[in-house]
Amino acid sequence: MHQWDFASVLDNTDALAVGALGTLRIFAICLVAGLSFGLVVGLGRYSQRRVFYWPATAFVEFFRNTPVLVQIIWFYFALPILMPFSISPLAAASLGISLNSAAFSAEIYRGGIQSIDRGQWDGARALGMSFLQAMRRIILPQALKRMTPALTNRAIEIFKMSTLASAVAYVELLQQAKLIASLNFNPIEAYTAVAVIFFVFLWPLVQLTYVLERRLARDE
Amino acid sequence: MAYQWDFTPVFANADLLAQGLVNTLKVTGASLACGLVLGLGFALMRLSRQRLVSWPAGFVIEVFRTTPPLVQLFWFFFALPLIAGIEMTPLLAAVVTFSIQSAAFFAEVFRAGIVSVERGQWDGARAIGMTHGQALRRIVLPQAVKRMIPAFMERAIELMKTTTLVATIAYTDLLFAANEIAQKTFRPLETFTVAALIYFVVITAFSLLARQLERHLAVSGESTVH
Amino acid sequence: MTILKVSGLSKSFGGNDVIRGIDLDVAKGERIAVLGASGSGKSTLLRCLNFMEMPDAGTITLDGKVVGRREAELTLVRQRIGMVFQQFNLFPHMTALGNVMEGLRTVRRMNKADAQARAERELARVGLADKAAHYPAHLSGGQKQRVAIARALAMDPELLLFDEPTSALDPELVGEVLGVIRSLAEEGRTMLLVTHELGFAYHVATRVIFLADGTIHEQGTPDEVLKHPKKERTQAFLARHKEFSL
Ligand SMILES: Nc1ncnc2c1ncn2[C@@H]1O[C@H](COP(=O)(O)OP(=O)(O)OP(=O)(O)O)[C@@H](O)[C@H]1O
Ligand SMILES: [Mg+2]
Repeated sequence: MHQWDFASVLDNTDALAVGALGTLRIFAICLVAGLSFGLVVGLGRYSQRRVFYWPATAFVEFFRNTPVLVQIIWFYFALPILMPFSISPLAAASLGISLNSAAFSAEIYRGGIQSIDRGQWDGARALGMSFLQAMRRIILPQALKRMTPALTNRAIEIFKMSTLASAVAYVELLQQAKLIASLNFNPIEAYTAVAVIFFVFLWPLVQLTYVLERRLARDE
Repeated sequence: MAYQWDFTPVFANADLLAQGLVNTLKVTGASLACGLVLGLGFALMRLSRQRLVSWPAGFVIEVFRTTPPLVQLFWFFFALPLIAGIEMTPLLAAVVTFSIQSAAFFAEVFRAGIVSVERGQWDGARAIGMTHGQALRRIVLPQAVKRMIPAFMERAIELMKTTTLVATIAYTDLLFAANEIAQKTFRPLETFTVAALIYFVVITAFSLLARQLERHLAVSGESTVH
Repeated sequence: MTILKVSGLSKSFGGNDVIRGIDLDVAKGERIAVLGASGSGKSTLLRCLNFMEMPDAGTITLDGKVVGRREAELTLVRQRIGMVFQQFNLFPHMTALGNVMEGLRTVRRMNKADAQARAERELARVGLADKAAHYPAHLSGGQKQRVAIARALAMDPELLLFDEPTSALDPELVGEVLGVIRSLAEEGRTMLLVTHELGFAYHVATRVIFLADGTIHEQGTPDEVLKHPKKERTQAFLARHKEFSL
């Protein structure tokens, strides 16, 4: 029977704290970049105009149909060859995760916007609103409510994906766990500890999505 | 000076890439199959009125949905063998992790599929003397499974992408093979671009197939659950 | 000869006492029409008889043997008591023939050839021999209900329960289903029939039961209950069914 020894992990709380900070940083970057760029792409997917529709569609298809880890590795090892500057682990991982999240959230935005009754457009247009005004003032506020559960889910996925940054040695929680495990020969405790940390972070968020989904189902 | 692209070193290693792709499909297929069986088990446990049965299943599902897949993989590869005192190969660790992960997902799909079948179907089955198990197997599950197909396909696609994580524990999947070639040939740009394209083609082909199937089901008038 | 004896049957949902101590004897060959306002517990009574709902109290005796609560025993009882539902509850992933064969194959473990021959006979009896290969989605409401009747008949039930078998049908399809039930009556089948077709009940039933407040409020021959009801509530109920013509 294994003798659990979490003291060796607790001795390294500062290393874990550094990792947690790294995780939160990349999460924040990808959340903001991914979901806002996703809105732009989503509008492109919704557009009737080919110049917007086709590039947006190509983007969504490509980034949804390739693995994030491949994207991160590509940005880290392949892209610098074409660029006059090097790319940091944070930049490569953020690019991969953000673009992937943008592709997925674009479809959420598009679906949300499409789900709004045509009469809402007519009403807004009848008041003399432009397309963008109608979108911003009338359509998006209603659509956002419907999209909240799906977007919250995306946020959770982004949080989980942040661990992939460890593949290019970006300092986040999992990377620090690897470090602690190799220095203290305690992989059991180190990896269990990060699993618990992620669970504690994410559990409330997951519960929130359940509540949001139930509330939405009830309201509709 | 513009970069001189040269794909010949990559194509010279095509056999390694092919082997990697086969291994990717192997992990995906094995995990899907195990995940389906396990997922049905979890779903039936979740639907049980006995708390001692439904809670453990609920707990496992929650844990696997709320922790990152890569953390799970590391745990099964680096931690579990030490606790259980067993040998763990990267392939086994990957299949175990991804199976339970898929099962956690499928459990919800199965549950939703089962409860989406109208109560009248249970009534009809029980009225001719079927046991609960017979009604489930013969009447309810066949209808539920049909509605779940789109969700299964979606999961299969997600899983194929997730299997790239095995590269981090040195299992020779497509990504790991590409990494080896890149290091050997000093051609990371070409190698990783080709690898990305292979993933893109395989996954796109699969999702087109899924869409076709979904349309076919929609035409045959079946509702679906997600 | 009494084949089914119900005594002290009670059933409640939450705090809602739907059935409050019903006693009822069903003799072989009897055809009992069950009437009552919506929500008076007609479906619940029928569903308790074959244990689709578990009674809270009371006993049900089938052929002189009190039915226990073990699942194995209940599935046997349900084979001996056929049930036909308002919403048909046909299995949509099986053909008409498949629906009728299902109980024979899965529950009775009959071999395929025998089950098929039997199912074809039952379909022919309800006039649907030519629809055997059709899926329920491609049948009319009246045809669906006739398949459902064939499905119940295939199990050789000693007692048939009909829960508003024509209420979900378009008016022009009601006749074909009532016709099948009438022919079963002529064969001397024992049945309990919940219905709002009072004219049909009058001509086909041997006894009429009026349910109210979870008990049998009034019962007797069709003539007694439908034409000369003694109780006020029965009279009021019948007055609301003005279309009732004898
Ligand atoms: N499974 C159940 N759970 C809770 N309440 C129920 C259930 N089944 C029936 N009831 C309640 O029991 C009462 C009687 O219902 P039942 O379906 O037996 O009435 P009914 O006479 O068949 O009515 P109808 O003519 O509308 O079919 C109703 O108040 C109903 O809401
Ligand atoms: Mg009823």
